[in-house]
Amino acid sequence: MLDRVLTGSRRYWAWMGFLSLIIGLGVASYLYQFNYGLGITGLSRDVSWGLYIGQLTFFVGVAASAVMLVIPYYLHDYKKFGKIVILGEFLAIAAVTVCILFIFVDLGQPTRIMNVMLHPTPNSILFWDATVLNGYLFLNLVIGWATLSADYKGGRPPKWVKPLIYLSIPWAISIHTVTAFLYAGLPGRHFWLTAILAARFLASAFAGGPALLIVLALIVRKVSKFDPGTEAIQTLGKIVTYAMFLNVFFLGLELFTAFYSQIPGHTHPFKYLYVGLEGHSKLVPMMWISSILAIGSLAVLLNPKFRKNEAVLAVACISLFISLWIDKGFGLIVGGFVPNPFEGVTEYWPTLPEFLIACGVWAIGLLVLTALYKVAISVREETADVELEH
Amino acid sequence: MSIDRRDFIKIAGITALSGAGGFSVLDKMLGEGLIEASETATEATSKKRWGMVIDVSKFKTEEDYKKVIEACHRTHNVPDLGNPKDEIKWIWTDTFEHTFPGQETDYMAESMKHKPFLMLCNHCEKPPCVRVCPTKATFKRPDGIVMMDYHRCIGCRFCMAACPFGARSFNWKDPRPALKSVNAEYPTRTKGVVEKCNFCADRIDKGLLPACVEASNGAMLFGDLNDPDSEVRKALGSHYAIRRKNELGTRPSVYYIIGGKENA
Ligand code: SF4
Repeated sequence: MLDRVLTGSRRYWAWMGFLSLIIGLGVASYLYQFNYGLGITGLSRDVSWGLYIGQLTFFVGVAASAVMLVIPYYLHDYKKFGKIVILGEFLAIAAVTVCILFIFVDLGQPTRIMNVMLHPTPNSILFWDATVLNGYLFLNLVIGWATLSADYKGGRPPKWVKPLIYLSIPWAISIHTVTAFLYAGLPGRHFWLTAILAARFLASAFAGGPALLIVLALIVRKVSKFDPGTEAIQTLGKIVTYAMFLNVFFLGLELFTAFYSQIPGHTHPFKYLYVGLEGHSKLVPMMWISSILAIGSLAVLLNPKFRKNEAVLAVACISLFISLWIDKGFGLIVGGFVPNPFEGVTEYWPTLPEFLIACGVWAIGLLVLTALYKVAISVREETADVELEH
Repeated sequence: MSIDRRDFIKIAGITALSGAGGFSVLDKMLGEGLIEASETATEATSKKRWGMVIDVSKFKTEEDYKKVIEACHRTHNVPDLGNPKDEIKWIWTDTFEHTFPGQETDYMAESMKHKPFLMLCNHCEKPPCVRVCPTKATFKRPDGIVMMDYHRCIGCRFCMAACPFGARSFNWKDPRPALKSVNAEYPTRTKGVVEKCNFCADRIDKGLLPACVEASNGAMLFGDLNDPDSEVRKALGSHYAIRRKNELGTRPSVYYIIGGKENA
């Protein structure tokens, strides 16, 4: 089955070559960072986490969103998701890979990473985050592979897969909850110290992940003979809409609490992000782009007529994805550090090498995703007319 | 007197086993107010808990602060990197407003408003930095000092996000070239690890005072907060003192006497 990765059209190889080039650039930039230290980034004493940790947070959400396919298909026997569910599981694998890499490139002493396992510290949420992420990667690898190879050989997946699938559901919720707990339990970081953070994370994940999946499914249909199913895509569109609505609602709840109570610590980060604080407003344009895209895409998605048009749906999903990518992959982390513990404002913006390293990580994610999808598509093309049995 | 949770569980467990029933013990303890409603000090234990009292009124000139800061930074090989982005500091000054955010008032005396206040790691009794560290590279000693193991730190900077006092610095690059002179008694650091004030743990273990206290001409006091007869306790017993961000419950071990003798 794996050999399918090594055979492909010229277009396939061109794409893989392009990704490898970006990865090369990323690796070169990383070597620079490895030698010099994290000083090559835009980070500072005051804003000590930035793009890397933001992207980690965002992609944990993408990974967790596979559960939006697994629940309907395996718990509610929603057959229409039969073909697309593997795309969700493989997306989760690529996303977790990206997460682990973003943790890695953020470390000041990467060669000591095994200390996390050598000196396990259960009171540290980061210890749990690393544990659940690795577990989730393992679960999806096993489940994805077992179900796909069963299809390939034309039979049912082995019995032991089912319990793993059921386990993967709470596990998916756990990876994003634990990731939210990295932030939500820190005294003195008002922006993060909110009980709704994990819920907000999940809502945005269940909007952003499936939105990406819709776009991927449409691309898969375009470049191959494998059709993930029009109805499946439409159902995903509904899921995206509900989740996005919840996400915007949750953000509204945060804004109400901050601005009605008028407690300075609660309002300052929001002011910094959306209007600027003490003359510092580097993030303001990005945050407004995010807000406009969020409202715009939601307005389109709420209307079933628009949603049914796949081209419109694709545009809405891309806008929504970008919106959440900015909001959660960037603003959320930086906002937590502004103002700093002395009520001062230090701004942050990624540097070029930092951005190239991030590009390298994304490219590795895309490479893994392409390879996995290539296998899935090849198997599906070969077994196109066989009914799925799991 | 207070009792920590583990001891409580032990006592409750033993009592339950002996048939007296854990709950009656619980009741008794609640009745006597022993269970951790204790946002009050842990007293009368044989354990030491090192603490510091900074008498703000005794700092008069620029020079007074400089001496203290330089004594620390020289002792611990803290480099001056010359830019805020890479900045590393163990002890430093800032205004009242920045030191005690939320405590400032509109009509504060100008002298107070513009006075520099010293800041350093508070060696919190409940340190969030220790709670979040995934490798135990930062840990609390039995005597309350919050320490760093530079060889175990993986540089994840979770502790920097967790510390509400901005007490921690990160080595964004190799700090050694920026050191004008090296004190061989204390290690220098590599790039990629976090550092902060260690209350001069190594000096204390030798029976010396922290370098900053020694250089402060009596403006800073150091001693055992659990000993009612210690200098720090006497100062706290006779002056009004505050701590930074008391409301967060980290229970800092660094106190500030704001008004000095006259206003006590
Ligand atoms: S002041 Fe900050 S670094 Fe020092 S013990 Fe408290 S939380 Fe930790």
